[in-house]
Parts: sequence; C-alpha cells; structure tokens
Amino acid sequence: MARLVRLYMHYAGISIRSQMQYRASFAMAATGHLVVTGFDFAALAVLFRRFGSLVEWSLHEVAVLYGITHVAFALAEAFARGFDVFPAMVRDGSFDRLLLRPLSTAFQVAASEIQLMRIGRLTQGLAVLGWALATGGFSLGLAHWLLVPLAILGGACLFSGLFVLSGVLSFWTIETLEVVNTVTYGGVEATQYPLSIYRPWFRHLFTFVVPLACVNFLPGAALMGMPERAGAPEWCLWLAPFAGVLFLLASLQVWRVGVRHYTSTGS
Amino acid sequence: MRPYIAVLSANFRMMLQYRAAAFAGAVTQVFWGLIRVMVFEAFYRSSSLVHPMGLDEVVDYVWLGQAMLLLTTFGPDPHIREMIRSGNVAYELTRPTDLYGFWYVRCLAARIAPVILRAVPQLLIAGLFFGLRAPASPASGAAWIASTLAAMLLSAAFGAVISITLLWTISGEGASRFLPAVSWLLSGNIIPLPLFPEWAQGVLNVLPFRGLADTPFRIYMGHIGPGEALLPILHQVVWAAAFVLFGRWLLARAMRRVVVQGG
Repeated sequence: MARLVRLYMHYAGISIRSQMQYRASFAMAATGHLVVTGFDFAALAVLFRRFGSLVEWSLHEVAVLYGITHVAFALAEAFARGFDVFPAMVRDGSFDRLLLRPLSTAFQVAASEIQLMRIGRLTQGLAVLGWALATGGFSLGLAHWLLVPLAILGGACLFSGLFVLSGVLSFWTIETLEVVNTVTYGGVEATQYPLSIYRPWFRHLFTFVVPLACVNFLPGAALMGMPERAGAPEWCLWLAPFAGVLFLLASLQVWRVGVRHYTSTGS
Repeated sequence: MRPYIAVLSANFRMMLQYRAAAFAGAVTQVFWGLIRVMVFEAFYRSSSLVHPMGLDEVVDYVWLGQAMLLLTTFGPDPHIREMIRSGNVAYELTRPTDLYGFWYVRCLAARIAPVILRAVPQLLIAGLFFGLRAPASPASGAAWIASTLAAMLLSAAFGAVISITLLWTISGEGASRFLPAVSWLLSGNIIPLPLFPEWAQGVLNVLPFRGLADTPFRIYMGHIGPGEALLPILHQVVWAAAFVLFGRWLLARAMRRVVVQGG
C-alpha cells in the first residue's frame, strides 16, 4: 500500500511538473474555469432575485447543494480524469503497454493524468459552499460538519465511478460516447438544484440508476436540518454518501471485466 | 464570388460526414434542455407574480437556445488556428482572393452547417414531445428566419475577429475561455434576458450578444411582434457590420507585421 502511495505521488509529480511547463497557459485556463463557473452561480442568483425561492428552497439552501456537487465533481475531474482520456489509449494501442506492467491497470490509468486546472471549479465550489454554510443560518452540530466532507467524498467517488464506466465503454466501441456526458455533466447540472423539483422518472434515474441523490440531495437535506424534505427516513440520509463509494467499487469491477475482454487495435 | 461559394459548400460536405456525432450531440442537448425546462417549471411554481415572460415562452426559449447553442460558442476557427500554429498561413497569402473575405466565409460555413445539423432534429423532438410551440404566426416565422440568418452573420463576424487575434497570441487560450462564458450569460442562453433585473436591460439591449440568441428567439414566439422586429434585426446587422470592419482592420494590421517561419 505504501508503495502504491509513493508511486502515485511520483506519477502526480510528473503530471504536475509537465503542466507547470506552461505556466501562463495554466493560469489562464484555471482563471477561465473560475470565471465560467462564477457566471454560472451569478445566473442562479439572478433567478432567485426574480422568483424569490425555488419551491420551498432558498438561495442559501440551493447553494449548499450546488457547492457540494461542484467540489465533488472538481475532485473527480482532477483525480479520475485519466479515464476520460483513456479511449485515446485504446485507439492508438498504447494501453497494451500498461498491461505489461506489474500494476493494476485502473491505478495506472487514474494516475496517468492529474488535472490541476480544475482548481478553478474547486475554488468556486468551496467559496459558494463556505458562503452558504456561514451565512445561511443553519444550526450545525459536529455531526453535521462531518457530513459535509463525507458527502463530498461520496460524490467524488461517484463521479469517478462514472468516469471509469465511460472509459470501460471504449473497450467495446473505440469511440467516445457523447451520450455518457448526459449523466456526468448533466448530473452536475441537475444536482445543483434539489432533486425534489424534478419529475418522478428523472428523480428515479438519479436515485436508483446513478445514485447522485445519495451524495448530494439526501445528505444535504440532513445537513440543513430538513430531513422531511427528502422523503426518506433520516438514518438513510446519513448513510447515503457511502452509496458513492460502493458505486466506485462496482465500477472498478466492471473495469476488470472490460480489461479481460480487451483486444488490441493492432499496431 | 465563386471561390467563396466553393469554400462554403466544401465545408458543408465535410460537416455532413459527422452526422452520427451531430445526432448524439442533439440527444445530449435535449437531455440538458429537459433539465432546464424542469428547473424553470419549479421556479414558476414558486412565485405567483406576473413576470416579463410566461412559462410557455421560457420553454420555447430554452429549446431554441439548445438547438442554436453553437451560435453562441465561438472559439477560433480550428482550421485557421492550425494554419497559424504551423505557419501554413503563408499559403493563404498567395491565394488570389481577399483574405478577410475568405476567412469570414470559412467561419460562416463552420457555423451554419453544424447549427442546422443539430437544430433540425432537436426542434423536431422538442416540438413533438417536450412542449416547444410553433412560431407565433407565419409572419413571426419569417421574421425569425431573417433574424436567425442575421445571428449567423454576427456570430461568424465575431468568430473571425477571434481567429485573427490568434496571429498575436497563437494559443488563443485566453479569449476562447472567457468569451463563451460571457456570451452565454449575456446572450440569454443561461437565463432568458427578459428575466434579468430591470437595471440590466438597458445595457443588455445595446450589447451585441443578444443578437446571437435573444433577438431571434423572442421574434419566434411573438414576444417581439413581427411589426416591431425590424429594429432588433437592424441591431444585429449593424453589430455584424461593425465586427466585419474591425476584423478587416485587425487583419490588415497583422499582415503588415507578419513574419513567416521558414523550414
């Protein structure tokens, strides 16, 4: 285990140093990211100004959900981004090289690219979350404070699992499927808002098929002291973030199946 | 005129090769549209006040916005970017055509073809299943088509300016990251412009961005009646002309100092 950690740090160091070769371009990209996501939240504030509330939710309450989703997604983008560029490895056959090394393929793919640029989204998400928690007037006990990182961690695992699954698809199709973006990027877009505002089929999709509700809406409701809005027993809300971890573990199993079916594209 | 038409049709044929990708893109955008529609439905449920735009109109606006999304995302033209990076832009100078005109038509083709390819299936799906209504009247429909064409001219003129700035910056990281975000917000693609606060309306009306999305959409649904449509369309055309002139001037300046790398 210690060896894996050391190796991961080594991989990360290489990736970071290579990105730092283009300092200006990195700074521009990171700020650009920050501005883009900043506009996104400004738009949300404009809507609240016009309509006052989103059904029973206030801007602060929605901002908590928004912050959790964006921080979790930024972490997943930073650490599991390798699976997103993985289809290129299958297409040009460089995945063969990974198979030769005495290390798990999932580990190597994950470590192949660590994206620092996502620091823009991360900063913005943390700022929104911090602002909402500090000024929203929630009464937060120690348990609630622990639930925040737990939900973020669960979310990061779940989004990583989605990246793994979209990578697995490329074992069979060789092409990236833009359709997968509907649940990754679409999932971020959807879970910025409380899931209860959507139509039933859509809620079910993001609760039972892709359990994004478990890492965002459900713990969020418990966190803000309004479990009655979630429509599930309260203990359920506290345990829900672990669904994200389970989702990632399941995705890694599917990854193994995919690797076993892999046939190289040739030279 | 002949060479320009050739560029236009060559680009069209190239884009048509990517039908499957365009269809997948359309499906993804329909899903996004659904999310946005549901969010607006919830916002309208929360407030009994009268807003400058009804829910039906916002739904139309969202679907048109998804269908025409590519008009508001102007990165630099990928071919021109590649030519500038590799130095092949020198060949462009030897062609017996006006360089700006040539690049402008290139940008125009790169807008029109993918927009039509994506918009048609999306408008059909949204119209059949998800509550997009037909244009308010035949006159509104005709004015909408005119305004959409003007939006394409404007979008291409803007894209040409950004492509030309690559002659200075080469990577284009800066402009191509910030501008789409600005134009999404200010053209109405994130939130319909009439829902912005009163104090912002004056500025939004003057800026060029509304011509990319807001103007044609509101003409479509009759929010701007066909009788009042002339002035907003003129606003689009004037801005397009201004960007064309600016692009021309910028390109002429760049050409005076261009140094082509040998090899």
